[in-house]
Amino acid sequence: MKKLSKLALILGAVAAYAGSALAQDKELLIGVQCDRTGPTQIVGTVLCPAMQDYFKLVNSKGGIDGWMIKGDEIDNSYKVPEAIEAYERQKQMGALLMTFYGTPQTVALNARLEQDHMPTTSPGFGISAAADGARFPYLFPIAATYWSQAAGAVQFAKDQLGGNLKDKKIAYVYYDNPAGKEAMPILEALQKQEGYDLRTFAVPPPGVEAGAQIIDITQRYHPDFVIMHLFGRSPSVLIKGLKGAGFPLKKVIGLVWASAEADIQAAGGWSVAEGYNTLQFAGAGDDYPVRQEIKAMYKKDGKDPPKEMDDTVVYNRGLLQAAVQIEALKNALKLSGGQKPTSEQVKQGMEQIHDFTLGGIVPPLQITATDHEGGGFVKVFGVKGGKFVQETDWIHPYRDVVENAVKTAE
Amino acid sequence: MFHREAGVFKTSYAADMALYPLPIARWAVAVLAAIFIVIVPLTSGDYLLSIVNLSLIAIVGALGLNILVGYTGQISIGAGAFMSVGAYTAANLITHLNAPFWIALPAGGLMAAVIGTLVGIPSLRIKGIYLAIATLAAQLIIEWTINHVQWISGGVQASIPVPRPSVFGTKLVSERQIYGFLIFFVVLALVATLNLVRSRVGRAFIAIRDQDIAAEIIGINIFKYKLYAFAISSFFAGVTGVLESYYLGIANYEQFQIDVSIDYLAMVIIGGLGSVLGSVFGAIFVTLLPIASRWFLESFGGVLFPGADLLNVIPNLRLVIFGGLIIFFLVVEPEGLNRLWRNIRNYFRVWPFSY
Repeated sequence: MKKLSKLALILGAVAAYAGSALAQDKELLIGVQCDRTGPTQIVGTVLCPAMQDYFKLVNSKGGIDGWMIKGDEIDNSYKVPEAIEAYERQKQMGALLMTFYGTPQTVALNARLEQDHMPTTSPGFGISAAADGARFPYLFPIAATYWSQAAGAVQFAKDQLGGNLKDKKIAYVYYDNPAGKEAMPILEALQKQEGYDLRTFAVPPPGVEAGAQIIDITQRYHPDFVIMHLFGRSPSVLIKGLKGAGFPLKKVIGLVWASAEADIQAAGGWSVAEGYNTLQFAGAGDDYPVRQEIKAMYKKDGKDPPKEMDDTVVYNRGLLQAAVQIEALKNALKLSGGQKPTSEQVKQGMEQIHDFTLGGIVPPLQITATDHEGGGFVKVFGVKGGKFVQETDWIHPYRDVVENAVKTAE
Repeated sequence: MFHREAGVFKTSYAADMALYPLPIARWAVAVLAAIFIVIVPLTSGDYLLSIVNLSLIAIVGALGLNILVGYTGQISIGAGAFMSVGAYTAANLITHLNAPFWIALPAGGLMAAVIGTLVGIPSLRIKGIYLAIATLAAQLIIEWTINHVQWISGGVQASIPVPRPSVFGTKLVSERQIYGFLIFFVVLALVATLNLVRSRVGRAFIAIRDQDIAAEIIGINIFKYKLYAFAISSFFAGVTGVLESYYLGIANYEQFQIDVSIDYLAMVIIGGLGSVLGSVFGAIFVTLLPIASRWFLESFGGVLFPGADLLNVIPNLRLVIFGGLIIFFLVVEPEGLNRLWRNIRNYFRVWPFSY
């Protein structure tokens, strides 16, 4: 009997708790997938809190015309079955907009988007051809794809090497998986145009051992410039290795997943990586008004700003994604006349985003019905004196080559 | 009381050979069939069906792996790779030759069976954990091959879009339609496995597992039957790969990496080695446990942790619960969930008496 009454007490408390968590009326739901526990947690543990912080910031200012934002987050551990379950669950909950996490997950869920008319952002994940809004009407990379990144890296190399790449040697070091190889078609196309010599060096997963590649690059090939497209632990291994072999890091550029604070620290710190160049699709560093607003929001609650904010590169990417989603919802609310928008209207709202920069974190995006990449802007930040220093403005070079590749992709 | 074996007289060979000789077992199967063929598709929404569909795909794969690991005793960590062989074979047939599902599915299975047989050849000389390492090599070699050979992988991204199958001219678009498609093959796989393990081939597998030297002495060609086991198991794996590609709409080798192989091995071990029902239990358990534990934490975790931390706590605690429950079930019953079920059944067999 005693046991029973205890049980009843617990059940009652649980029921009361569950009741209090019921949804509000004026609420717009965004389905967020994340990876805080899987192989890419180094990104997920920072990116996802950043998105939640931005939603919180919007809500603290009264939401969008009184509509509150809820970012329902589900951890998919970088696994495909769990991503499908998460997608179906958030769809059932009434999400207007989704956030995908992980390339295999994005690829696997892509077929469902069209069927469900579900607009989805996937910056940095998924295939480059998804920039074509006519072929992938509901998938929004919203940030520079690997193809645009490759074009940006080549342009940067060209500028650094005196404006001419003819007969210059470029080494492409890549993680040996589909994502790692993805930039190659652009590098090969630009090779024809610019006349440089290109050699590729594969680093097999998990990429913690790259001694042979480093010797090949520095002792045999002697490249004029190195483009690195690596993930996880391997960027730091290469930075350290190239530095150790005496290769000037000023002539090395890392694409977006090789360019976070964590990579610099893992390579041995800022002094080791001095001179290393990083390509970014969102602004790096702390000097943006939105970051100060988030800090102020935490301060008002009497809390310290979260430690995730120190990893500015990834955190700002989370802000970029969340901010673009909020912009799309704002546009959608205009289309629906203040009513709760449909996901179809959110898609249209997404395609109306232009010149939205969030104080410099977001590039001058121009998302249209056919260009879901928004122009493919990148910015180069160099490691200088213990922090990231801007090297270029937002650039999107060789646009015709990239667009042609998107158009002719299978 | 309910589960009476007395009074069941078999008067014909057919009755003697029946899969379920007892009336209660036949009734139970009929009720289960009714639930899964009528009630589940009619009453469940897309979300529930998507979970069921994922479980169904896992069941086919677990059945296949159990034939190899559970019945024949050959440990394999290559299940994921054989799935990818099936998936890419089918995907290429579908995109290049427009093959319908009734060609693509068996073709994917057969190609996986061929590769699986090749991988099985060392099994004559090496056993146990050493064989596991050999199959691990196969997993890595197949992954590498798909990643680098473009006419298999269909390009740099190593993923080939696979349109949903058409049955009698209808394209299976909704979760409900694909459920019907999947359940058909799950039933087929179940019936095939149930009959396989009581056939001459299946008994040879069990003999090899229990004592391979003794099996050889009584006249079983060990090499032949080990290769059979590899071929049949890989065929199932290949079919699983094709089903998954159909379900997802894409063949992508990152969906079949080593962690998938280990997941399937976990299903077979948790469910119960050498049992058909165990494979089903294991597949459902491993598919549902992460979902159930997250649901549990989301519902009640707020009592223990403040809101902001909760998002970080849930995914991590979920892994702890997942691992903890697997250890718990294996400690309670090392022979797997199937053994637990049999204990329950045996209890009711003599109920209300104690023996």
